[in-house]
Amino acid sequence: MSIATRTVRTGERVIVNALFACAVLSVAVTVGIVAVLLVDAVEFFRESSLVEFLTGTVWAPGQGGGEGGQYGVLPLINGTLMIGLGAIVVGLPLGVLTAIYLSEYANPRVRGVLKPTLEILAGIPTVIVGYFALQFITPSLLRPIFGDDRVFVFNAAAGSIAVGLMILPIIASISEDAMRSVPASLREAAYGLGSTKRQVSLRVVVPAALSGIAASVILAFSRAVGETMAVTIAAGNSPKMTFDYFTSIQTLTASIAQTVSGEAAAGTVRYNALFALGLTLFVITLAMNLISARIVRRFRQVYS
Amino acid sequence: MTASSSVEVLAPSRLRRGATRSGLKILTDAAFSVLLFVGTIVGVIALATLIWTIVDDGWARLMADPVAFMTSYVSRLPARAGIKAALVGSAYLMALTALFCFPVGVGAAIYLEEFAPRNRVTNFVEANIANLAGVPSVVYGLLGLGIFARFLRMGPSLLAGALTLAVMSLPVIIVAARESIRAVPDGIRLGAFALGATRWQTVRRQVLPAAMPGTLTGTILALSRAIGETAPLLVIGLPIVIFSLPNDLRDPVSALPLLIFDWTSRPQAAFAEAAAAASIVLLALLLAMNAVAIFLRNRYTIRW
Repeated sequence: MSIATRTVRTGERVIVNALFACAVLSVAVTVGIVAVLLVDAVEFFRESSLVEFLTGTVWAPGQGGGEGGQYGVLPLINGTLMIGLGAIVVGLPLGVLTAIYLSEYANPRVRGVLKPTLEILAGIPTVIVGYFALQFITPSLLRPIFGDDRVFVFNAAAGSIAVGLMILPIIASISEDAMRSVPASLREAAYGLGSTKRQVSLRVVVPAALSGIAASVILAFSRAVGETMAVTIAAGNSPKMTFDYFTSIQTLTASIAQTVSGEAAAGTVRYNALFALGLTLFVITLAMNLISARIVRRFRQVYS
Repeated sequence: MTASSSVEVLAPSRLRRGATRSGLKILTDAAFSVLLFVGTIVGVIALATLIWTIVDDGWARLMADPVAFMTSYVSRLPARAGIKAALVGSAYLMALTALFCFPVGVGAAIYLEEFAPRNRVTNFVEANIANLAGVPSVVYGLLGLGIFARFLRMGPSLLAGALTLAVMSLPVIIVAARESIRAVPDGIRLGAFALGATRWQTVRRQVLPAAMPGTLTGTILALSRAIGETAPLLVIGLPIVIFSLPNDLRDPVSALPLLIFDWTSRPQAAFAEAAAAASIVLLALLLAMNAVAIFLRNRYTIRW
C-alpha cells in the first residue's frame, strides 16, 4: 500500500479523490438534515417558547399562518409513544416467536419459504398497509370484537397493529441473526444434560441472544416512531393526551404530514413548526438507533 | 454413593414418577412447538389477508377497464379517475433516483472498501452512514423541502423529488455495494497486483465486475423501497391532482403512493376501490422489480 500510494499516477489520484467525495457526500447529507431542521426550528422557537413547546399539553396550530396557536408537543409525543408501544406489543411476541422458530425449529425448506415471505411483508409500501388498517383492521377485526360504538373509525389500535406488522420482520430477522450466532457448543452442552429442544431454546439460546433481541426491539421502536403513512391514514389526526387505544390520536409524523398537505406557506409559524417537530423526531430516532447499535456491537464482541 | 441409595433411585415408584414428569415435559414441548408455529404463521396470515383485501377491493375496478385506468388522469368522479400521471411520475422518479444515487453510492462503497485508510475520518463516515439508514423518511422529506424545493428553488418538481429519494436510498445502496465488494476474495486483487495493475485498475477491471450482480440487486431493492415511499414526496409538496406529464426536470410530477394516499383519505367507497386498484398496480410493479433482483442474484452472483 505504501509503495503503491507513492507511485500513484495523477489520473488515479483524481479518481480516488472523486470516490472520497462520494463517501463524504453522506456526511454532507447529515449536515444538511441537521442544518435544515435547526435553522427553521430556531426560527420557530424565536416566536414560540421552547418551554411551552416541551411542556405544553395542547397542540392546536392557528389557522392560516399559524399565529396565535398553541404549540405544546406533548400530545404528539403521547400519540407517538402509544403507537410505538402498541406496535411493540404486537411485533415483539410475534417477532421473537418467529425468530426462535426460524433459528431452532424450522427445517431448511420451511426457512426458505418463510424468510422471503417476511421480506415481502417488510417491503409492502406503508401507504398500502395504511389502507389495510383503515379498510380491514378497524372494520373487520377491531369493531366486530370491541363494538362499533367503542372503536372510532380512526383509532390508535389499528395504527399500532399496522405498524406492529411492519416491525415484525425487523425484530424477527435481527433476533434470528443473534440466535444463530449463539455457538452450537452451548446447545450441545444443554442437550447433553438431557434438555429438550424447548428448554435449549428458552433457557440457553434466548438468554444468550438477549442483547441482540433487545437491540432489535429498540431499532423496531425507532422505526415505529418514524413511521408516517400508516398512522396518518389509520390512527387519525386529533392530537390529544389519552391512553385510549380506540380513539383517534396524532403522532409527530402524522402532524408533519397533515401540515404539509394543508400547505403551510414558507416562513410562517406553522411552516417553522414542521421543522421543530422534525427535529424532535430526528433526536428521538437518532438516540434509539445509537443505543441499538451500541448493544449490537457489544453482543458481537462476546461470540466472535 | 452407597449401594442402597442407587437401589432407591431405581425403585419402580421413582421411575414411574420420572416417567410422568417426562410425559408432562413432552406435552409442554409439543405445546411450545405449536405456539412457535402459530406465532410464525400469524405474520404470513397477515400478509395474505393484506394482499387479499387489496385484490378483493380493487380487482373489479382495475379489470373493468385496465387500459382506461392506466391512461386516464385523475377525476372528481371516481368511476372516471385514472392513474396516468402518477404511474408515469413514479417511473420518471425511479429512473432519475437510480441515476443520482447509483454512481455516488457505488463510489462511496468502493472508497470505503478499497481505498479508505483505517483512521478517524473513515470511522466517522461509516458511523454516519449507519445513522443515515435509520433516519425516518419523513425527515428526508423535510430535508428535500428545506434544501431542494425552497433553498435551491426547485419547487415541488421531478428534480426535487428524485434528489430527495436518491438521498434517502443512498445509505441502503452503499451498504449493499460494500457487502458485494467485500465478498470478492483477496486472491483476485493480489493476482491483479502481481500482474502490475494499479489499485484503481484492479478495482475497475476485477473487483467491480465481480461485485456488480450483488450491487445491482441491492440497488433494485433500494429503488423498490423508494418507489413505495409516500411521506417524503408528500412533504416536498408534489401534487396529486395534475393533468400533464413532465417535459422538464423542473415540472411537477405526481406518484402512485401519493395518489393511493389521496384516494384512501376520501370518504367515498368508490375512491377506496380506486385506491385498492392503484395499490394492485404498485404491488405488481414492486413484485416485478423484486423478481428481477432475485433473478440477477441467482443468475449472475459468483460463488467463490
